[in-house]
Amino acid sequence: MRGMSAIVSVIARLMAGMLFLYGSYIVLHGHLTPGGGFAGGVLLAAAFILGSLAFGSVESAERSSYVFSSVFESLGGVGFLGLALAGYLAGNMFFNNLPTFFRGQPLALVSGGIIPLANIAIGIKVGAGLFAIFLALGASRFVMKE
Amino acid sequence: MTELYVLLAVMLAAAVVSAETKNLLAAAVALGLVGFSVAIMFILVQAPDLAIVQAVVETLTVVFFAAVILRTTHTDSTAGGLLKRETVLPLIAFLGFAALFLVLASRALAGIQFGDPAMRVAAHYIREGLRLTGAANVVAAIILDFRGYDTLGEATVLFTAVVGVLTVVRRTGRRNPAGEEGR
Repeated sequence: MRGMSAIVSVIARLMAGMLFLYGSYIVLHGHLTPGGGFAGGVLLAAAFILGSLAFGSVESAERSSYVFSSVFESLGGVGFLGLALAGYLAGNMFFNNLPTFFRGQPLALVSGGIIPLANIAIGIKVGAGLFAIFLALGASRFVMKE
Repeated sequence: MTELYVLLAVMLAAAVVSAETKNLLAAAVALGLVGFSVAIMFILVQAPDLAIVQAVVETLTVVFFAAVILRTTHTDSTAGGLLKRETVLPLIAFLGFAALFLVLASRALAGIQFGDPAMRVAAHYIREGLRLTGAANVVAAIILDFRGYDTLGEATVLFTAVVGVLTVVRRTGRRNPAGEEGR
């Protein structure tokens, strides 16, 4: 697939940014409104997948793209584990929340202790992981053809 | 409630079609119908978090399936043939177990109303969630605070899946020291 028609490319260029923005919004507001790391992460992955499909960069994806997405996936996972372990820093239990981190004002964007941070970590992890799977599956067809 | 039962019937029919049809693309579309019905169902029982996840994941899944199926094959020769001994006996067994399950479930759930769960811990989460965690979205409070271990396990499952896929379908195979193509 060498990229799709001009109509698809133009629409995809418009939509990918909006998808990315919406995904970020869902991740960042996970502790206030419906959504969260998983939903927002899938939307972030969808933005990248839309771009790659429309511009045909799946098969020409560089090795660095895999490394990039794998690294981000691992960073998200390590970040989530680190947040869980941070409970020990306060001399408390695994997954301890409020005494460790800022409490904030309820219903404010910065509130809820580790919950928004964990949402961000999970969002990065899910988005990068799905995009890595997509790249791997898209490129494997290329190898089979050769 | 009626909508739920209508949706359930649609989902069952679509699931049977998806399992039995010979056209793989139709099977993928039927599977998508099941998934989107689940998303609508989540909205009806007021679980918008799950509805968002379900709708987005289902869209991606159907796109993946359709992309793969359109490029490979169209028919599945193993499906079909309803009135054979191999299909009638499992059907009878299935109906028997379904009847048994329905009887037992109706007896077990007799005194429990819809929307009034037997587990009392949920009411505590809903009442105290905001005060104890500071998160306004009670779903986020549960999955990332009260039930953080569950989410950690989920993240581990996803991580394992990604590692598995990248290992199996990676682009460059590992070569042995002699320079020959590894298996």
